[in-house]
Amino acid sequence: MTSVTRIHSRTAVLVDENIDTDRIIPARFLTTTERSGLGKHCFQDWRYLQDGSDNPDFPLNKPAARGCGILVAGRNFGCGSSREHAPWALLDYGIQAVLCSEIADIFRGNALKNGLLAIVLDDAEHNWLLKNPGIELSIDVREQAIELPDGGRIHFQLEPFARHCLLNGVDQLGFLLQQADAITHYEQQQEKAA
Amino acid sequence: MSARTLFEKIWDAHVVATETVDTPAVLYIDLHLVHEVTSPQAFSELRERDLKLRRPDRTLATLDHSTPTLPAQANGERPYANAEAKAQVAQLETNCREFGVKLYGWDSSDRGIVHVIGPELGATQPGMTIVCGDSHTSTHGAFGALAFGIGTTEVGHVMATQCLLQRKPKTFAIHVDGKLPRGVGAKDLILHIIGEIGVDGGTGHVLEYRGAAIEALSMEERMTICNMSIEAGARAGLIAPDETTFAWLKGRPNVPQGAAWDAAVQRWRGLHSDVDAVYDREVRIDASQVRPTVTYGTHPGMAIAMDKPIPAARNAQEQRALDYMQGKPNQPMQGTAVDVVFIGSCTNSRLSDLREAANVLRGRHIASGVRMLVVPGSEAVRRDAEREGLHDVFLAAGAEWRIPGCSMCIAMNGDLAQPGQLVVSTSNRNFEGRQGKGARTVLASPATAAASAIAGAIADPREYLTEAAA
Repeated sequence: MTSVTRIHSRTAVLVDENIDTDRIIPARFLTTTERSGLGKHCFQDWRYLQDGSDNPDFPLNKPAARGCGILVAGRNFGCGSSREHAPWALLDYGIQAVLCSEIADIFRGNALKNGLLAIVLDDAEHNWLLKNPGIELSIDVREQAIELPDGGRIHFQLEPFARHCLLNGVDQLGFLLQQADAITHYEQQQEKAA
Repeated sequence: MSARTLFEKIWDAHVVATETVDTPAVLYIDLHLVHEVTSPQAFSELRERDLKLRRPDRTLATLDHSTPTLPAQANGERPYANAEAKAQVAQLETNCREFGVKLYGWDSSDRGIVHVIGPELGATQPGMTIVCGDSHTSTHGAFGALAFGIGTTEVGHVMATQCLLQRKPKTFAIHVDGKLPRGVGAKDLILHIIGEIGVDGGTGHVLEYRGAAIEALSMEERMTICNMSIEAGARAGLIAPDETTFAWLKGRPNVPQGAAWDAAVQRWRGLHSDVDAVYDREVRIDASQVRPTVTYGTHPGMAIAMDKPIPAARNAQEQRALDYMQGKPNQPMQGTAVDVVFIGSCTNSRLSDLREAANVLRGRHIASGVRMLVVPGSEAVRRDAEREGLHDVFLAAGAEWRIPGCSMCIAMNGDLAQPGQLVVSTSNRNFEGRQGKGARTVLASPATAAASAIAGAIADPREYLTEAAA
């Protein structure tokens, strides 16, 4: 994983609550055996019309939302399945951070492991961002702060180990592999007890 | 030691390294279930890093999501939805061979939906930690196992180390008092519970279902309950093991035998929350108030008794959901015209579910213009159902009888509904497009699904049940 220390981008907003992983990436695209190339199907059934052209009513298709790397989404984003294809698709589509008042557990874990910042905010801050699409934000992972255009700051909490991995560009598997002796010891104790 | 919940007892027994401010706990995983959709990239990761799979003996694989439910043709070719689906299945076959994982594949008489075969094989046992790259892994919590879904990166972690890095979730007790009324089952109860606590009511928590109404449930019913824990956003769902659990597991292929069985049962009897244990949250549900329940919106939290009027939308999201479903506020779901009926999925595809549907359908025919698909959860369920003649009941009623798989629950194998069609489904998710682009899903029990197929409209199964069957 490459390190993620700061993200600077405009926000795009999807006000809908409970945007589930089927809407992010419909199941029919899960037959892939790769991680790459899912961006073109991100939000597929919302983003395109029957004839394959862009749906002008999909908020991320609006000219002002093009190229925005920060997604502000309605409460409970990423609910539903455990498919890691959801953060893979969002990243490939160009989303680098999701800001929300509540993010589904499995999606949030998957996102952070792939360098997609999944950030939970207070209701008031979240509501303000939902109502102000297109503003320039700078997200500082080290300081756990979002810098607003007027110089204001919104603080957030990341799980400390996820933050460590993001800042240093390391993944969790390396850490787990270093636990090999402790794991072997645990297994031996279990075998003795059985 | 202070009083602990069931969750805490299982958690504590699996901590390899304790949680600190800087690092999550290293949690040992007893059983890793694998299927074709969420594993290929994890196997690739092992290859790229030149790693072995640490415990093939604690890993079990099957084919279920991308697999066709129509049988192979005369030349042996299976009717896959596309070449990619076929390649994905072939990839799992190759990966299992290369990494030494036991695969319950096409040649196995035990193949089936991963959450159906784990328990059937006795691989699922009380007190275990169980994971799978599938959110409905919560199903196995019915046995008093801490079971939860993980992403593909974590699938790789478990393959390489048999461990996961986890922060300890909170606990949430769902007390279900009283007795379910006649003709009202586990599916109605869990839809009712999710309707009460909300689609995100369980986020960050492990649910423990308890109380008289839960203790009275069969193992199959308990699996239906725990299966849908994730639909309330919960990390997992648990039910303490009891005599019902032990009787169901006894003699299954992977459980201990003889004296080892007795010792295991002795150990499992300690797997319950202590009397003084404290939960982070608690809620009480009165089972006697539950009626046949269905969903009316586009997430499982939008659930209501089928004879109750659909509530008016409280916000733009709910309005969008009602518009998508073409639902009419102040009208009940009962009586809504039905196009497709699906009986299957890890929620409701076990023998008891098929019996429940057959009891309603026996001697009757589905309404003209309705398509009905019945997909058993495993080869074992299929065998047992055919031995009892249930397939004859379904076929005589005009339904299709398929071979096991996830089928129309996730609709990635070619089994799907057409845009605009209304599907009464015994599965677990009614998200927009879940069962096919533009398809409208109404979640329901097997009995309700069967009754609705006969009526051609959402119907109360109690009107179709004989005294003996109810």
